[in-house]
Amino acid sequence: MSENPLSLWVYLSQSPLLWLTVTLLVYAIADAVSLATHRNPLANPVLHSMWIIGAFLLLTGTSYTTYFGGAQFVHFLLGPATVALAVPLYENRKLVAASVLPMLAALVAGSLTAVISVVVLAEVAGLPRPIVLSLAPKSVTAGIAMGISESLHADPSLTAVAVVLTGIMGAIIVTPLMNRMGIADFRARGFAVGVAAHGIGTARAFQVDAVAGAFAGIAMSLNALVTSLLVPLAVTLLVR
Amino acid sequence: MIASLSLILLCQLAGEVFVRAFKLPMPGPVVGLLLLLALLLARDRFKVLARGPLQQDGVENASRGLLAHLSLLFVPAGVGVVQKLDLIAEHGIAIVVVLAISVVVTLLVTVATFLFASRLMARGRSAP
Repeated sequence: MSENPLSLWVYLSQSPLLWLTVTLLVYAIADAVSLATHRNPLANPVLHSMWIIGAFLLLTGTSYTTYFGGAQFVHFLLGPATVALAVPLYENRKLVAASVLPMLAALVAGSLTAVISVVVLAEVAGLPRPIVLSLAPKSVTAGIAMGISESLHADPSLTAVAVVLTGIMGAIIVTPLMNRMGIADFRARGFAVGVAAHGIGTARAFQVDAVAGAFAGIAMSLNALVTSLLVPLAVTLLVR
Repeated sequence: MIASLSLILLCQLAGEVFVRAFKLPMPGPVVGLLLLLALLLARDRFKVLARGPLQQDGVENASRGLLAHLSLLFVPAGVGVVQKLDLIAEHGIAIVVVLAISVVVTLLVTVATFLFASRLMARGRSAP
């Protein structure tokens, strides 16, 4: 090997190949650990992939822009995955059709609560205005929340972080919370985590129960619809 | 497999075009979801549509494959936290506490509303 290892690193660290590989590899390991712990909520694969990759970027002095050059291929799939939610919805269509009214009631109540609670709490905590606006759409899936954030002239990259943190916390807390409350209706449990914690909550729901997963997927997509209408309104009324 | 993925992308593309053409405030992929659902339902009614990815579980399997690793897709956005370290040093605890309370309250309100409405419906049906 005649090439200087440093120049090899300089070459690789700028290429999408390295960062795509790192993303998939770290996630594969985090997911294997989650499986080995029988899907313990605290072994959440997104949470652990996030800090491991983040620490690796900081240690190697790699910018997020360079990392995203490789990771964007994974990020892109968020859109097609939303479309793919049509399939669990189709497979559970009879169950869904029978629960349309409870779903719509829970959707309106949940969307309103998600947006109003975070804006009011953030104002009470005395967070600066741009942060309050960036947190407002945190319960919808990343791509959509970033779009809402942009239209509010907030900080879309902070919104993305808030979205992922919300998703992780919802996914960790939902199973112990619902078990403690003695709620055995997997339609309701799935729907709640889909509204509160979008795709990461939906991924968690699919791990626990197939019906919960289907209802979480519906909740997540309906919430994306409602929240994109609701946030601009709530922000004009609540933030001044 | 390729045809099934193309169909999913095509639905998303049509959704984006629709949303932008009519300047709707809703996300393109959600319209794509509705479109794919409509296609699956139409296929059961009209046998002519049952071809290509719409037969032998083609698009169903591709979708299951995408959804099996839904949480992976959030990793790149989550790693974005490295850009916000100064902000997190200053406000991190407040942000995490605010988000945690909000997510618990949202879970409880949503699940309670769902159960309340479904009990109300069941009672309405049993006592006409």
